[in-house]
Amino acid sequence: MTALAGEALELAEEHNAPQRRRRRVHGRWVLPLWGWLVLLWLFAPIGVMIVFGFNNYTGKFNTTWQGFSLKWYRHLFALSDLTTALENSLSIAAIVTVIATILGTFLGMALGKYRFRGAGSVNLLLFANIAAPEIVLGAALLSMFLTLGIPRGYWTIVIAHVMFSIAYVAVTVKARMAGMDPALEEAARDLGAGPVTTFFKVTLPMLMPGVLAGALLTFALSIDDYIITSFNNGNTQTFPLWVYGASQRNGGSVPAQVNVMGTLIFGFGVLVAVIGFAMNREKKVRDNG
Amino acid sequence: MNNPLDALPPDLVRGMTMPRLSRRRALQVGGLSVLGLSLAACGIPGAPGSKLGLHAAREEITKFWTEHAKNTGQLNFENWPLYIDVGKGSDHPSLDLFTKETGIKVKYGEDIQDDDSYFGKIQPVLAAGQSIGWDIIVITNGIYLDKLVNLDYLIPLDQNAMPNFYANASPLVLDPSFDRGNVYTMAWQSGMTGIAYNPKYVDREITSWADLQDPAFKGKIGMFADIEDTPNSALCAIGVNPETSTEADWRKAADWLKKQRPLVRKYYQQDYVGPLSKGDLWISLAWSGDIFQANASGSNLKFVIPKEGAPLWTDNMCIPVHAQHPRDAMTYMDFVYQPKIATMLAEYINYVTPVPATQPLILADAKAATSKDDKEALTELADSPLIFPSQADYSKLHRYRVLDSAEEKIWDGLFEPIYES
Amino acid sequence: MGARLRARLAPYWLVLPAWLWLVIFFVVPTLIMLSVSTMTGNLLDGFKQTFHWSTYSDGWDAYHVQFVRSIVYGLVATVLCLVIAYPVAYWIAFRGGRHKSTLLFLLLLPFFVSFVIRTQSWNFILSDNGIVLSPLKHWHVLGKDYHVLQTPMAVVGGLVYNFLPFTVLPIYVALERVDPALLEASSDLYANKATAFTKVVLPLSMPGVFAAVLLTFVPVASDYVNATILGGPKTTMIGNIIQTEYFTNSDYPTAAALSFILMAALLIGVFAYARVLGTEDVLEMAAA
Repeated sequence: MTALAGEALELAEEHNAPQRRRRRVHGRWVLPLWGWLVLLWLFAPIGVMIVFGFNNYTGKFNTTWQGFSLKWYRHLFALSDLTTALENSLSIAAIVTVIATILGTFLGMALGKYRFRGAGSVNLLLFANIAAPEIVLGAALLSMFLTLGIPRGYWTIVIAHVMFSIAYVAVTVKARMAGMDPALEEAARDLGAGPVTTFFKVTLPMLMPGVLAGALLTFALSIDDYIITSFNNGNTQTFPLWVYGASQRNGGSVPAQVNVMGTLIFGFGVLVAVIGFAMNREKKVRDNG
Repeated sequence: MNNPLDALPPDLVRGMTMPRLSRRRALQVGGLSVLGLSLAACGIPGAPGSKLGLHAAREEITKFWTEHAKNTGQLNFENWPLYIDVGKGSDHPSLDLFTKETGIKVKYGEDIQDDDSYFGKIQPVLAAGQSIGWDIIVITNGIYLDKLVNLDYLIPLDQNAMPNFYANASPLVLDPSFDRGNVYTMAWQSGMTGIAYNPKYVDREITSWADLQDPAFKGKIGMFADIEDTPNSALCAIGVNPETSTEADWRKAADWLKKQRPLVRKYYQQDYVGPLSKGDLWISLAWSGDIFQANASGSNLKFVIPKEGAPLWTDNMCIPVHAQHPRDAMTYMDFVYQPKIATMLAEYINYVTPVPATQPLILADAKAATSKDDKEALTELADSPLIFPSQADYSKLHRYRVLDSAEEKIWDGLFEPIYES
Repeated sequence: MGARLRARLAPYWLVLPAWLWLVIFFVVPTLIMLSVSTMTGNLLDGFKQTFHWSTYSDGWDAYHVQFVRSIVYGLVATVLCLVIAYPVAYWIAFRGGRHKSTLLFLLLLPFFVSFVIRTQSWNFILSDNGIVLSPLKHWHVLGKDYHVLQTPMAVVGGLVYNFLPFTVLPIYVALERVDPALLEASSDLYANKATAFTKVVLPLSMPGVFAAVLLTFVPVASDYVNATILGGPKTTMIGNIIQTEYFTNSDYPTAAALSFILMAALLIGVFAYARVLGTEDVLEMAAA
């Protein structure tokens, strides 16, 4: 999935040439209408979440609208366990992104650049990892931890997340690597660069969009993971686990702090998108100018 | 109380000397002696080994508490979410008061979501002889508390260190059927499982379990996906006291539930309050405290104890083996049985407090309250039968059926498929 | 000579760390789970290896309804995802113009928010007297007692909602690679838009469709969170059963056996689908 998102975004930028003029066709509005309806449908629950972050309710249950208030924004960190869960999610995602990106990038480079014995079985391994359902990945890992008597907690979550992320990074980088012109690395070698210099000055910069796409989606997958984490977390809470637990237990009351946190994360995502968009436009201007 | 094991009920001691022993009792006694062994060794998991006699077991436990006579200054307390008083920010005034008066710092966790998954989490750790990192955990009476006891995963309490408990605990939680003599547990809060309904959609009076089977409410009935509440409620529904029910009764209760199944909208974990408030559910199995709190949040729901009787459950503080600060745990557990502390908790938690003496104190707080909302809320609390059930109510409330492991297999086999498939 | 050898060993060094991680934390656990599935025992007495293979048939007997239901939900949700996603992917790829990146970002943006929160919000939106059903009931489009939650429709709806990006993205990438020159050529050869689509675009997008089906069907059929949040007693999926067996019943052998049956069913389905499509290198497809 990382591969796709990364590629998708790249291709979108490359093919951003304006459309040629076409004959006016009937029903041309159908496709955009469909598209915008789908986007609206995707955003509907987000809207509900944002709105109920402003609900002025007292007590436990945030189910009926009781008026507007900013108090949950003021008391965002009032529930120490929720805050800890969010911190865990963020720190786990950061650590996992670093480890998985490094491991996956090397793996992807190898698969994309070299023909070597065992490449087929490595590809099969990656395919099996991507194709296996999350519940099986999580349950199998739990089986191993139980059999070996390894207690589950923060680090088993990190292990699990890296395990399912490597394949996505590898596949993205591999695709990017395969599309790279080998002549560039040869040229660097001809100019006297050693393998390490070649890597840092030629290969990595060219791979960077793939690496970044892989890193970004690893972070997103890790921070939102529920199923694998729920099997291997022991006593450590992450944000999705805490929210799911709150929604199922304790009367089903999910405190508004959750809505506020979700709103802020969403806002951060919008910010990143806007910045990325602006940077791309500037780059295009530079490239074209 | 000089001898800590005087707390063991005399009939248990008697039972030991009689030739026939129920399996559960045997496990209890054997468990105590093995536990004594494991406490002494401090790290060997509670595996069945050589069994000590009762006297030796008592000695081990006395020795354990003598060795851990002093507070260490740290307490790790693991509880259910939103089950303690909360102050203005993220603080817990009762915990702060505890730290101030005893000097013990408290690390407070709220990760217990339900008994079965929590048990599933701690069992492997305890089986490996390791500490779970918490000194007090809160477990509901029932199958999982029984498992903890039977597997020797709980440290027997220091009966000499429970003055407030024995002075102030209500008869409901003193020497309860699931832990005779309070060997392992002190109650945290209790609650009732009854029927809640939304008067906006249900225009008649609800009085009986039969109302949960009323075809007029088809698709709007809520039940619990719970191995304790649902079956024990069904036993009450067929007019049987769960505590003394037999296997034949269980089969009848399972039939009652199967008959109800096509009408049930969903078997909830505990998230029925939202749907009930919104009208997705009109009537549901419910916990007393939830309904009280929902109404305090703006809902208008009613809770009734059906005339046939209803289950009463208790969440209990207990000390897991290999806890690193057991003495601090004892200090805290007895601390909360002071009426003034119990009042702080009762005013926030809104379940059945184990200290009846809180009622006049809450009324006093209501009188002294400055804001009208606070005054109303506190008076309602003190007058609520959901928090302070009357004598008449108590006569209708029954504990869960206590099961040994053979019975548990039959019970699970009868009831789980009803809500799990 | 040293440099040549180093160059030949280079891929192995690069592969080693990731390969080790996957072997230790993916392959080995799967084998251990296989071994657990033939054990017998319980929590109190411990589990011992007894090569008790009938756990598999017992599991199937007890839960084949949930298995079949999961596959059915998986197929229905995947088809719905394809139907919804393909036009969206086409729209962005062929009509997006300058705004392709923005539209793709908009598509992915909701998934920055935890899916638990998003799915819970559907609980609110689809409530019996909530903002969607209430007006419909008021105008007598729906009966007074009609409800969406706790029906298969709600669960499948949740599945489609949560997994849509997994369907859109592969199709988009495949469509994006279609050379516009091919479409020009087809219109030069007097093909109308419909023919151009069915004979040029659709076939070229098939690798993307395959990847989309793979990336959608597998997680959808094995999901259990949507069934828990939006479903009722009659929508239980096999994922719910596996989770219950692990955490409520501590019946690890049954849970492991059910997990294997699920994985086997999904992998067989995927390979069969690849056969039908006539694709040669399944890995190439999925690796896109």
